[in-house]
Amino acid sequence: MIRLIDVFKEYDNGTKALKGVNLRIDDGEFVFLVGPSGSGKSTVIKLITGEIAATEGRLMVNGYSLSNISPRQIPYMRRTLGIIFQDFRLIEKKTVYENLSFAMRAIGASPREVRRRIPYVLQLVGLEQKADRYPGQLSGGEQQRVAIARALVNNPSMIIADEPTGNLDPQRSLEIMSLLERINELGTTVLVVTHEKNLVNLFSKRVVAIENGRIISDETGGYYNEEEKV
Amino acid sequence: MKKRRFDAGYYFSEGFHSIFTHGFMSFAAVCMIVACLLIMGSFSLVAVNLDHMLGDLEKENEFLAYVDDSYSEEDARALQTKLEAIPNVAQVTFVTRAEALDEFKAGREENPLLDDLPATVLRDRYRIHVDDIEQLKETSDQVAQVEGIADISVAYEIAQGFVLVRNIATGVAVVLIAILVVVSLFIIANTIKLATFYRREEIAIMKMCGATNAFVQWPFVVEGFLLGLTGALFAFFAQWGIYEMVGKVIVQGNGLSLLTMLSYGSMAGTILAVFCGTGMLIGVGGSLIAIHKFLQV
Repeated sequence: MIRLIDVFKEYDNGTKALKGVNLRIDDGEFVFLVGPSGSGKSTVIKLITGEIAATEGRLMVNGYSLSNISPRQIPYMRRTLGIIFQDFRLIEKKTVYENLSFAMRAIGASPREVRRRIPYVLQLVGLEQKADRYPGQLSGGEQQRVAIARALVNNPSMIIADEPTGNLDPQRSLEIMSLLERINELGTTVLVVTHEKNLVNLFSKRVVAIENGRIISDETGGYYNEEEKV
Repeated sequence: MKKRRFDAGYYFSEGFHSIFTHGFMSFAAVCMIVACLLIMGSFSLVAVNLDHMLGDLEKENEFLAYVDDSYSEEDARALQTKLEAIPNVAQVTFVTRAEALDEFKAGREENPLLDDLPATVLRDRYRIHVDDIEQLKETSDQVAQVEGIADISVAYEIAQGFVLVRNIATGVAVVLIAILVVVSLFIIANTIKLATFYRREEIAIMKMCGATNAFVQWPFVVEGFLLGLTGALFAFFAQWGIYEMVGKVIVQGNGLSLLTMLSYGSMAGTILAVFCGTGMLIGVGGSLIAIHKFLQV
């Protein structure tokens, strides 16, 4: 579960990225966080992942209070999250299998656990036949599925996808979003940050719109229509 | 999922493999470590040899203690035990009046005035060597207080000169070595920082997956350790070759034939230990300094 209560964030250069954001995402939800560039979407993600700290307000992520979390606790908080990036961020020198095992070993999983878990996750994303391929040998959609597999491999309670379809064509984007929907149906909370309104409108999910550092709408089952919000 | 706290096998494997996957940077780091150790080692060996040579010269330094005229030779010889019991006295040699006169005449054979000189104009004496030249004053004072010793003759200025030269040599060597260690540490840190820069993405991914700082650091520590050790071993053998080569030049040089050098073999164990220790310190320290900023994710 995520809770942001009156969260403000001002960067060192004086930019006020968030101006009193309140947001609650319960376990098992699928949420789109939408908004134009510079609206504060990335700042919300960075706050949730512990990359930056809020200037003011309270944040709770999966039972961890980020307002007073010690630096030593942040890795353990991050283990409850699976993060997917627009640019995939796969290690080019490692195979698909090694990319996943790398993520598992990073949190201290044993080789036996790695061998048991990875085939299951690769099957879930439809890449069981490509475990020994390198990222450069895969299409963009396949690379993003590897990134999703990596986010899932440590069995997090929440997946955070930051513009996961930004580098993909519409067909691959739809496949990726459908995969995230399926993962959500299996019980994992999913938060997708995007500005692709057509894609958002294809799914009947909760849509939280942020603009100029403030949440301007939060509609469950609603759709994203930028023109209507202006 | 069971989480292990310390996975030594994984850290070693990752650290070892990354040496080869980032081969060029590893090669550069080893070269830097070898160069730094060679410079430090050469300075140290010069200092050690200088100290050794000064030690040899110090051993030549002696002072004389003259026995009271009223003492017979037998009584004078009896003082030897008392003198040997004085702290810092290394060696005591009794010289009779006759022997002293012979020594005096040596080299002055063509001076007829000395032919009839009786031995009684001189006194029985002791030639005394000390262990620590820095305590020469205290030791000679104690010798002077022994009953039966009428006078002493000490060249304090020469002794102080030796002490001064040795202290300066040691001080300069210590300061230079300390500066070189610090410089080496930063050179290695920058070399490893460059290597780490290529892997900042890997580190960021590990951190995003929930890896602790310790987990991220350990493979780099292992890598730094192995690079340091490798550099130390190369430096040890390279230093050996250079030392032997310089030794031969010094021995062959006519003007420097008086200089004696310690054999590399006699110092090999110490040099290897110091090189390995310093190499590993530089490697591990450099790794930790280099990786520090990439952990702030």
